[in-house]
Amino acid sequence: MLETDGVRKAFPGVTALDGVSFSLGTGEVHALVGENGAGKSTLIKVLTGVYRADAGQVRYRGEPVSFASPLDAQRAGIATIYQEVNLVPQMSVARNLFLGREPRGRFGLIDFAAMRERAGEVLRGYGIGSDVRRPLGSLGLGAQQMVALARAIEAHAQVVVMDEPTSSLQPREVDRLFRAIGDLRGQGRSVVYVSHRLEELYRICDRVTVLRDGRLVHTGPLAGLDRLRLISLMLGRDLDAVRSEGLTRFAERARSHAAPLLRATNLSRRHVLDEVSLAVRPGEIVGLGGLLGSGRSETAKAIAGALPLDSGGVSVAGEAVPPGSVGSAIRAGINLLPEDRKAEGIVATLSVRENIALAALPRLSRAGIVSEGDVDRVVDRFMRRLRIKAAGPGQPVGELSGGNQQKVLLARWLAMNPRVLLLDEPTRGIDVGAKAEVQVLIDELAEEGLAVLLISSDLEELVEGSQRVVVLRDGAVVGELSGADVTEEKIMAAIAGTTDD
Amino acid sequence: MTTTTRERAGSLFRRHGALLVLGALLVIGTLAFDSFTTPANLGNIATASSFLAIVAVGMTFVIISGGIDLSVGSLFVLGGVLAAYGSRYGVVVALLLPLVVCGVFGLVQGVIIARTRMAPFIVTLAGLLAARGLMLSLTDEGATTYLVEDDLFASIGQGAVLDVGYPFLVMLAILAVAVVFLQRTGFGQNVYAIGGNEDAAALMGVPVARTKIVVYLTSGLLAGLAGALNAARLSSGVTILGIGMELDVIAAVVIGGTLLTGGAGGLGGTIAGALLLGVIQNLINQIPGLSSSFQQVVSGAFLAAVVITHRVLGGVRDDDS
Amino acid sequence: MTETIDRALDRVRVVSWLQRYGVYAAVVVLFAFNAVFTPHFLAADNFRTQLVQVAPIVIVALGMALVIGTEGIDLSVGSVMALAASMVALYLGYGALPAIAMALLAGALVGAAGGVLVAVVGVQPIVATLALLVGVRGLANVFLPQLREFTNPTLVAIGSDSVAGVPIVVLVAVVLVAAVAFLVRRTTFGRQLVAVGGNRTASRLSGLPVRRILLTVYVLAGVLAAVAGVLATSRLQASDPTSLGLFMELSAITAVVVGGTPLTGGRVRVLGTVMGALLMQLLQATLIKHNLPQSWTQMAQAVIILAAVYAARERR
Repeated sequence: MLETDGVRKAFPGVTALDGVSFSLGTGEVHALVGENGAGKSTLIKVLTGVYRADAGQVRYRGEPVSFASPLDAQRAGIATIYQEVNLVPQMSVARNLFLGREPRGRFGLIDFAAMRERAGEVLRGYGIGSDVRRPLGSLGLGAQQMVALARAIEAHAQVVVMDEPTSSLQPREVDRLFRAIGDLRGQGRSVVYVSHRLEELYRICDRVTVLRDGRLVHTGPLAGLDRLRLISLMLGRDLDAVRSEGLTRFAERARSHAAPLLRATNLSRRHVLDEVSLAVRPGEIVGLGGLLGSGRSETAKAIAGALPLDSGGVSVAGEAVPPGSVGSAIRAGINLLPEDRKAEGIVATLSVRENIALAALPRLSRAGIVSEGDVDRVVDRFMRRLRIKAAGPGQPVGELSGGNQQKVLLARWLAMNPRVLLLDEPTRGIDVGAKAEVQVLIDELAEEGLAVLLISSDLEELVEGSQRVVVLRDGAVVGELSGADVTEEKIMAAIAGTTDD
Repeated sequence: MTTTTRERAGSLFRRHGALLVLGALLVIGTLAFDSFTTPANLGNIATASSFLAIVAVGMTFVIISGGIDLSVGSLFVLGGVLAAYGSRYGVVVALLLPLVVCGVFGLVQGVIIARTRMAPFIVTLAGLLAARGLMLSLTDEGATTYLVEDDLFASIGQGAVLDVGYPFLVMLAILAVAVVFLQRTGFGQNVYAIGGNEDAAALMGVPVARTKIVVYLTSGLLAGLAGALNAARLSSGVTILGIGMELDVIAAVVIGGTLLTGGAGGLGGTIAGALLLGVIQNLINQIPGLSSSFQQVVSGAFLAAVVITHRVLGGVRDDDS
Repeated sequence: MTETIDRALDRVRVVSWLQRYGVYAAVVVLFAFNAVFTPHFLAADNFRTQLVQVAPIVIVALGMALVIGTEGIDLSVGSVMALAASMVALYLGYGALPAIAMALLAGALVGAAGGVLVAVVGVQPIVATLALLVGVRGLANVFLPQLREFTNPTLVAIGSDSVAGVPIVVLVAVVLVAAVAFLVRRTTFGRQLVAVGGNRTASRLSGLPVRRILLTVYVLAGVLAAVAGVLATSRLQASDPTSLGLFMELSAITAVVVGGTPLTGGRVRVLGTVMGALLMQLLQATLIKHNLPQSWTQMAQAVIILAAVYAARERR
């Protein structure tokens, strides 16, 4: 149906795809996996017309094609369902579904009655029964994604590319999506399915292609491929290493018995958080597990004073932190590294220097006037310590790689001499080398006596990094694991709600 | 994800608030002043407001598409001058000249905005200056006022049916056509989609550049037409009246419930907003001893009250700082 | 191959040079042109006139640059100038200083109103200050329905006297430019202001007092506009709330944008803004001195605005 032959794509400094020959059969659900930076998204973008290959060929139904734009690919029948829904939230569900293909009535005018009726019909087929006149944005994310899928199918898509479609879905919505995917397969349409959730791949995919460092390392049927073998293909490590890795690192950790430095008690906010309590001792890294939307980021934001609470409180070293104010949380030594680095972390227009000094400015000033010498000293110290790779402190932070941006943000907080660090997905979207560096740094900081709360969707990182893991589901704590119980299986069991205790 | 009563009230107010307030003011005006509800006075308000309303129709398209058009005040004046100048060659030239020139202005602005992705605010600010410059150079730096020399053309602005001037009827006709285009054609859907989420709209196959160009072209055409009608009504191409009108027009659109962020709004509210501004002005003129500058104070305060209400009822979110 | 890369690099270099220094270069070129071709251009008198004329625009534009740096806009500045003029006329009976103080206070209050609408209520800056533009101009006219002349010696002196050959109006502008430049470059507030404009959420999560910063910025813009209003009034020797400061918001925005401050916030160029205002003034003077009609100025301004923003656009 759709295939690539020796596709190469390079960006300044990196070869994202190196001679990849990928083939998608008719009526097949094909898993595309690999670690961050393996080239998955680049391959998708080449397939869907966002990028053009530097070398090699893309063939669709046997014909060589070169799509000029995603729209071009769409017209040919290749649709993409992105992680964030790409529809217009203010417009009604029906209008989104039919934008550009509205049913016409008299004088060529749009026939809204017919449109609503058709829309209701179509969406009921996907298990969505809500009023199609409602603004799309008022629907749940799962339903929105389903509308996007319905739109693609209505536009006669033969190939649907799904990029992490389940990352923000409830289990019930995932089931519904899988039923829809099953239907597509039945109709002879093909699906490229990108996900980190191995369990899902085994549920619905027929074949799998594994990418690593821009190269195709494996392609074949998924059934019969051992899960651990698949992981080792993705990581490029041999099986024994994967098996033993987590265990060896555990042994090195001693449990801390000091009194908790950070204590959050019964944090509650309607529909978001439900009596969440947790404590972190100095020198301890506590993981916060759960699916996206389980209240992980919200817990961190609540502790950092960035999310107003209905009830509950936070204390540092026994002293209550005034609620609902980022300023007082920071004064108490609580610092949050937010999940969305671009939107909530860096100030892209400013230099590395200004970004590092941002939070600490009042401390680096006298009578409201910035002491440039002090700023230089602090910036220099942390650029060295965190090995931030930049042309110099004056380089705009927007030009740095993701990993270095993350280090700049860490430096911003370390300049505040924090006592508690809340790290929300600190290694997401950064390359392997920088990831390891950041992980080592987190360990070092804990050893220096900081209390660290670590949020990660990467179970492996959670298991390796934390002494204890608190698991959230639907905004409530559903489990706490410590010591030898901190394993991927037990975390997943807690998330799934199948723990025996 | 559930709609609260407050959100529903907010959305209701945003859509119909201008109309409700307009109704309330009409009632108050009737009760307070004998001379208010006379056919002559109401007809006067309607006719006087129709020029602003016509321009505001174009502005509504622009703002729903997520843009802004600062050039309309200058184009309005330019249109008036061109119409008065053109009237010596007959009614056809008097109408076509302003439409062609202002249309070209709108078209060029649209092309620049769509192709270079420069901010509409900047591009139309330049358009404002350029159109004003052109108007001044046509009138010997504002010293010459062309008189309308075609009676037929003048009658378009001055004629009336039952105290309602032709310009109001023209406005109603334009409104009817515009509503159909905005609500019932693919073009209208595209305008909403672009204002709601431009990137998504592009991915969904909306011809973003073309739609934007048409939107600014429309705005330019309507500003020119309104200027021509105004010249017909005044029998001359006045060079001062209408400068700065863009701000009143934006105010009318915002009062009418169209969000400046784009993607939402409608034409009915815009017309109500324009009439509302006219009624406020008329009512203040009815109060003896109150200077006309008071009208600005009230309009400004009213605009502030409207946007505050929108915010308080509609869009309070916790993550806003 | 290498040649095309070299050429591309050259192009990048030229564009980035133009972005940074284009406005300075344009001022120098126009200045040089006038020095050669315009009679009496280099005379001290002419200089004085030009600078006195541009001073109020520069002062208003300083405030505008700060507001634009926070990703905002302030349309109310012209009306604030008019309100300041009314205040001066109303309180001149108590002496020049109380009258000036009241004018500045009025500016601060209007700024605070805009700041509250933007920072606390969360109204878009353009709408919030549009409401103020309309309302405050009306208020100025309500307070003082028509032009009122005055002869208060202090006020007249501010408008027409010079110190060491430099008009007081110009001196005030120079001092304010220096103060705002210092504010932006060296103070905590200035740094925070730019960060808020660059990324508001990140600033909030970094513990910056975002609301207070925004509020302060609008108050500053209001006060600076009021200062400009007082200076313009003292030069006219009359309070004219009907026409003083009309369309000043457009001139100020033009100066800021031409000076290289992006409307998207996160950057404030103080000297660039001054140069932007000077460029527009020089342009106007050049056309007038060569007997070209006023209308050409506006068309030329339109071209310069587009060129400046188009050049700045390539940065991304």
